[in-house]
Amino acid sequence: MAQLIRRAAALNKSLPAASFAARGLATASTSSITVETSLPFTGHNIDPPSRSVETSPQELLTFFRDMALMRRMEIAADSLYKAKLIRGFCHLYDGQEAVCVGMEAAINRKDCIITAYRDHCIFLGRGGTLLEAFAELMGRKDGCSKGKGGSMHFYKKEGGFYGGHGIVGAQVPLGCGLAFAQKYSKDESVTFAMYGDGAANQGQLFEALNMAALWDLPAILVCENNHYGMGTAEWRAAKSPAYYKRGDYVPGLKVDGMDALAVKQACKFAKEHALKNGPIILEMDTYRYHGHSMSDPGSTYRTRDEISGVRQERDPIERIRKLVLAHDLATEKELKDTEKEVRKEVDEAIAQAKESPMPDPSELFSNVYAKGLGTESFGADRKEVRTVLP
Amino acid sequence: MLGILRQTVVAKLNHALNCEQGIGAVALRAYSSSSANKMTVRDAINSALDEEMSADPKVFMMGEEVGEYQGAYKITKGLLDKYGPERVVDTPITEAGFTGIGVGAAYHGLRPVVEFMTFNFSMQAIDHIINSAAKSNYMSAGQISVPIVFRGPNGAASGVGAQHSQCYAAWFGSCPGLKVLAPYSAEDARGLLKAAIRDPDPVVFLENELLYGESFPVSAETLDSSFCVPIGKAKIEREGKDVTIVAYSKMVGFSLQAADILAKEGINAEVINLRSIRPLDRSAVNASVRKTNRIVTVEEGFPQHGVGAEICATVVEDSFEYLDAPVERIAGADVPTPYAANIERMAFPQVEDIVRAAKRACYRSR
Repeated sequence: MAQLIRRAAALNKSLPAASFAARGLATASTSSITVETSLPFTGHNIDPPSRSVETSPQELLTFFRDMALMRRMEIAADSLYKAKLIRGFCHLYDGQEAVCVGMEAAINRKDCIITAYRDHCIFLGRGGTLLEAFAELMGRKDGCSKGKGGSMHFYKKEGGFYGGHGIVGAQVPLGCGLAFAQKYSKDESVTFAMYGDGAANQGQLFEALNMAALWDLPAILVCENNHYGMGTAEWRAAKSPAYYKRGDYVPGLKVDGMDALAVKQACKFAKEHALKNGPIILEMDTYRYHGHSMSDPGSTYRTRDEISGVRQERDPIERIRKLVLAHDLATEKELKDTEKEVRKEVDEAIAQAKESPMPDPSELFSNVYAKGLGTESFGADRKEVRTVLP
Repeated sequence: MLGILRQTVVAKLNHALNCEQGIGAVALRAYSSSSANKMTVRDAINSALDEEMSADPKVFMMGEEVGEYQGAYKITKGLLDKYGPERVVDTPITEAGFTGIGVGAAYHGLRPVVEFMTFNFSMQAIDHIINSAAKSNYMSAGQISVPIVFRGPNGAASGVGAQHSQCYAAWFGSCPGLKVLAPYSAEDARGLLKAAIRDPDPVVFLENELLYGESFPVSAETLDSSFCVPIGKAKIEREGKDVTIVAYSKMVGFSLQAADILAKEGINAEVINLRSIRPLDRSAVNASVRKTNRIVTVEEGFPQHGVGAEICATVVEDSFEYLDAPVERIAGADVPTPYAANIERMAFPQVEDIVRAAKRACYRSR
């Protein structure tokens, strides 16, 4: 059991891909490889960074493994939801993995990330474990929020991950607040506040952006444009879907969000900018294979051809696989073995999560306050269930 | 402002400890009036902010006009000069945005004091107060605590019309995860605000514009920089035995005036100053009702689903056999607030309303 956790934890650090080394893969693992992003960056009020991205065999292999793990986790969550082990809302990220994986490669854990409800993979990227994720999804006490939050409320404060938010758009001012605190504390770190094309129209986003620009906050607004806000295509919701330009006086960059290296380059660029010059907007052109959530088939407002087209042409994992093979960093079989390994890890984590018990009934009343002051709280029948908050 | 001058090492040492025990003034539930010192509520709030900002560099203020303008009601006067623009932050008129920024800063470990120019504008930001602040500690199972204070004037002013006169005590008071305070006197304002700023949870601090200029006697303990009033404990402003009058904020003053009038007619009223809307001091209210057997609740807010309704429920649930008369509720009129002076007066409780209700509770005709 401990081994599982260690393995799961280890893989989520962008550190030596331990399992590759263990399988005797010869890598001059830190030697540099330069890759051109498949698309150029487009800048708004800023000169975009170069298309040439420095990477290494180790990084590419880690990208592959991490994204494969995230993909597998989301697909497994789909099955668990259909088996009714996951309840309520479940918003899956498969297709968008390159955004969080590329971002992690550019930043550290002092930098903060905050996002909306499509948060499982971002949680993993910040150091969350598979067990914590699956247990939380199934409402068990070993979940990252002890089963109290659910799919939309994953947090990992020590990893710089501030949730996990259910109200569309709210996370953007909150993210600017994190940036405010980082500047106040002279942390030399930045916050990535992530939101979707649907949330991009929210008024509070512009309120927060105005203040971030006014006060030079180290805030990076990252629009994960998967082109659909629930069932509404971007052209039906936004007069101008050029989200990277929405900042007006705030510079922006449009990025191929299916290319982990382009994402890494953009995030590195954005971090440098934000530390010196205040906010910047990154628009990640990405795609989600699943519908908005598990209750949305995702095919009533877009064609199956479109979905399979993206999968064929732009899948982030396939892109890295091609790169790895082209640079001879691993064989096809080795990559397939990685995928098998990852699948096994996910299956083991699920089995372990299933063993985790549901929270104790007393947890109904825990954490209402950080300091309960001995206040009384009540259950549905206050004459029957009454407690004192610690 | 002795408290500000006496920033002693000892005070700092005792800071955290004394706060919980609410040193001095709280031990006695009686009105502390032994000192010749007087202080306005405005100065009480200003001095509390000043002391807490001085004691903890993580405390900062944000809101409209809090800095250069010295505060729309001059509550934050002098703080910009003393602490600088990084810690006294003037915001644009964008409540949703700056409240979210304040909550985010609290997530990261700072201790923001966010001012709403009046709580009517808090409705623009209410999602952040409830969903981003109040619920976070619970949803994260304790990982993300939110040590933020939302403060500002609440309830009616005078002649400001329907959109600027609402009382939000009942709305915020119903929400688990929030602490909601409503000071009356200068002692309340100082002690409760200091406690609120030190508290690790989100606190809604409901002041009253018309009380800002009122002066109250303050004891030496109140002026000490370590002074705190415990959250969740009501105060018996006036002891009595015939009828309990429960109120908060400005209505406490009206209730005390009503008690004086009732005394002349042989009715000895006990006046309770709730101080805390959430947690509500149910045991103080019930203990009083068990003594007097009659209760009148007084609030400025709308009557339906109001604070008085909750007090009535709590008394009926826990002290039914002790009631000799039905619970009487005095509240704001069930209408948006009008402008014309005569009908505005009718829209809010007046002293004579409280007197009449107390007499009804005592089965006395006019």
